Amino acid sequence: MTLSRNSSSTITATRRDVLAGAAGLVVAVTLPVKSRAQGAGDATFAPNAFIRVTPDNIITVLSKHIEFGQGPLTGLATLVAEEMDADWAQIRAEHAPSNPALYGHPDFGMQITGGSASIATSYDVMRKAGAAARALLVAAAAKSWGVPADEITVAKGVLSHASGKQGTFGDFAQAAAGETLTGEPALKSPDQFIYIGNENLRKLDTADKSTGAAVYTLDIFRDGMLTAVVAHPKRFGATVASFDDAATRAVVGVVDVVQVSAGVAVLAENTYAALKGRKALVVEWDDSAAETRHTDAILAEYEAAAKQRGVVAHQTGDADGALAGAETVLEAEYLFPYLAHAPMEPLDAVIERSADGGVEAWLGSQGTTIDHQVIAGVCGLDMGQVKLNVMLAGGSFGRRAQPTSHLAQEAAEIFMAAGGDKPIKLMWTREDDIRGGYYRPVTAHRLRGGLDANGDIVAWEQTVAGQSFAAGTPFEPFMVQNGIDGTMIEGASETPYAMANTVVSAHMINNPVSTLWWRSVGHTHTGYAVECFIDELLDAGGKDAVAGRLALMSDSYARLAGTLREVADIAGWGRTMPEGRALGVASVKSFNSYVSQVAEVSIEDGAPRVHKVWCAVDCGVPVNPEVIRAQMEGGIGYALSAILFNEITFDDSGAIEQSNFHDYRSLRIGEMPEIEVAIIKSSEAPTGVGEPGVPPLGPAVANAVRKLTGKTPRRLPMIRNDYQA
Amino acid sequence: MAVTLKINGENRSVDADDETPLLWVLRDDLRLTGTKFGCGIAQCGACTVHVNGQPRRACVTPLSMLEGADVTTIEGLEGREAEAVRAAWAEYDTPQCGYCQSGQIMTAAALLQRTPQPSDEEIDDALAGNICRCATYVRIRKAVKAAGEKLEG
Ligand code: FES
Ligand code: FES
Repeated sequence: MTLSRNSSSTITATRRDVLAGAAGLVVAVTLPVKSRAQGAGDATFAPNAFIRVTPDNIITVLSKHIEFGQGPLTGLATLVAEEMDADWAQIRAEHAPSNPALYGHPDFGMQITGGSASIATSYDVMRKAGAAARALLVAAAAKSWGVPADEITVAKGVLSHASGKQGTFGDFAQAAAGETLTGEPALKSPDQFIYIGNENLRKLDTADKSTGAAVYTLDIFRDGMLTAVVAHPKRFGATVASFDDAATRAVVGVVDVVQVSAGVAVLAENTYAALKGRKALVVEWDDSAAETRHTDAILAEYEAAAKQRGVVAHQTGDADGALAGAETVLEAEYLFPYLAHAPMEPLDAVIERSADGGVEAWLGSQGTTIDHQVIAGVCGLDMGQVKLNVMLAGGSFGRRAQPTSHLAQEAAEIFMAAGGDKPIKLMWTREDDIRGGYYRPVTAHRLRGGLDANGDIVAWEQTVAGQSFAAGTPFEPFMVQNGIDGTMIEGASETPYAMANTVVSAHMINNPVSTLWWRSVGHTHTGYAVECFIDELLDAGGKDAVAGRLALMSDSYARLAGTLREVADIAGWGRTMPEGRALGVASVKSFNSYVSQVAEVSIEDGAPRVHKVWCAVDCGVPVNPEVIRAQMEGGIGYALSAILFNEITFDDSGAIEQSNFHDYRSLRIGEMPEIEVAIIKSSEAPTGVGEPGVPPLGPAVANAVRKLTGKTPRRLPMIRNDYQA
Repeated sequence: MAVTLKINGENRSVDADDETPLLWVLRDDLRLTGTKFGCGIAQCGACTVHVNGQPRRACVTPLSMLEGADVTTIEGLEGREAEAVRAAWAEYDTPQCGYCQSGQIMTAAALLQRTPQPSDEEIDDALAGNICRCATYVRIRKAVKAAGEKLEG
């Protein structure tokens, strides 16, 4: 399987898939829409691949991105509603089916959700789609009323003419399907926005998520469906040597036991029987190619590597010379553990044979095109014979997109091994999830910094050692350059700080442990290392953490500086703190969004406790302010859980030690700080918010801990260390 | 063994292995899928239902314990407290991925039935067993508070 930039040609989707994928979706593929709009047989007006208007006056927006809480259903619908001048109450949103030709990423040709890019890559596309739909509806009304189109006004989904004529979008849905668009309708200017930036807009999916009506993959039931759970190995790289399924097959309800590449699957008539059957299964594993080291040994290997210069990724001036000549040299090592994503809904997939001999699958599919290709490949079908439904997912944080599509592969292998004729639901348990790998990689950072006699920073050396999750996957060509996976050093190879003498290098050391992007990817560790170390250097040089950062931030980081000034203002930076409390600050640009945070921390029972976090974010035009705030809150909570509590460790034989929420602890409500979010006003093109709330939190907390205890937590999670205020 | 119990006000007879956790009875046998699976070991609260009016973890409640029990799931949750909670959930747009929210709402409604105007601490205590990986906790806290105030008002 090869995927390259702009290579939608390697992805074979036919027009037939499109129609099979969404009844009534009739297509004008590319925007701007020049072609004739078309209506489906049922009087649906489908001006393009993203919008359907039906005579019942409902507008359905098809989201090319999967919803797992970060808000694209609402966000993309907002853009359409804005340009259509629709009434928010008539807007619905659903997932677009898998179709790379229609819904692929503009650069990669693949349909995928990631890099906090949903709004950024949809801002123009979805507004143009909305404007085109509006123009066609206006044209239909003009024809029907016999008035010039430019005399028709539209507000809240109602078309009106001075003559007193009025009609809804639904009234003209059928007629609009016969209209032709000439030219490209103008888009609104920001001062005309009524929905974009509207504080009062509420999300489209809240009601269904409050009644149990929202349907996730696990909620799909098909006639005759079997539930499958898989016995996976405890060590990475282990394979099945043999298994004894006699006791499993004796469990009432167990139907079949099949071997697949990832382990042994038990298929049963219901979930309980499948779980009971798996418990009774005896599997011998072949560990000859497995990772059998303790995680400390892996970490030690990375730590040792980070002491030597790696492949240089960025260099200015002469860092070695400047370090040698510096008045003071500071040195620090930061160590980051494996992290599981632990989305609330464990991984799952449903697959069945369709009447025409193809297959249909339901999946919280984030790497949609790859999932689609992998299912087709395993089932021996063309992509056009596979219908993939993108489902609402109970969180992801990166977990549901894998360059290998291992989950889709596992589901398809089980389906085929069990005969390829019975519907299968693959369910991972929490234990499968915590032990299932695809972790945020272990990473070691070593930093050295030099100060001159004035306390100014004259040298910066950073060495990163870690594992690439792109190596050996179809993503390698985009992500790995000169032997360095760009995501290992993003946020380190380029920092906000203008420094004369810098050298940043990296070592890519791989092992059998499967790793993956984890909410904010490389910034999860580079943000921590850079923002902790700059804070230590500023402190050692007698400089204030906010003023010192602002003085160093280069012009191209003016927007980051804006968030830093704002957060310092709302947090009351510099005020006298109550006894035992301290503020720490950090600023990180990630995914083209700028976020600064201040954390108020104390030490309680020997561990850091975060009381409040102030956050300022500049993500360009704020499309849905409430979603932006919620994503900052969620990012802060998610990051806090990880930096305080989380690590996946292996014992002396390489066996994974954690298994569920009792030993892979999640932040709970009583540990959630109060949060205040300020959104910077901006007319820049919007950028994402799903990930950028995460990176500054760890270093902001760590910098406060240093003020309280004199020591920066250098090894995560923080509860590893004992703290004395 | 067939067990007869009341689910959302309706008498149902379930014929399954009597060790089967209520969670799988609800989901697999009765197709009440609003009750979610998150951990299976009473750690996350995603499976919270009311049994005889008390919040309970369906994943560790075997069918054998439920003869004659009165079970309410998110689909059948009604009444003043439930309405106030859902209205506040809408006002604060509380859910993100939504997967934990059935459990959060079941727990919150039970709290308000006991304690109509809970303090922040009472909210944190009552909801301590409900994990939200999306960390919607700030909004949950505000929404439960607002729901309590509405019930008083
Ligand atoms: S599934 Fe029951 S508490 Fe987690
Ligand atoms: S809303 Fe996603 S886990 Fe709570």
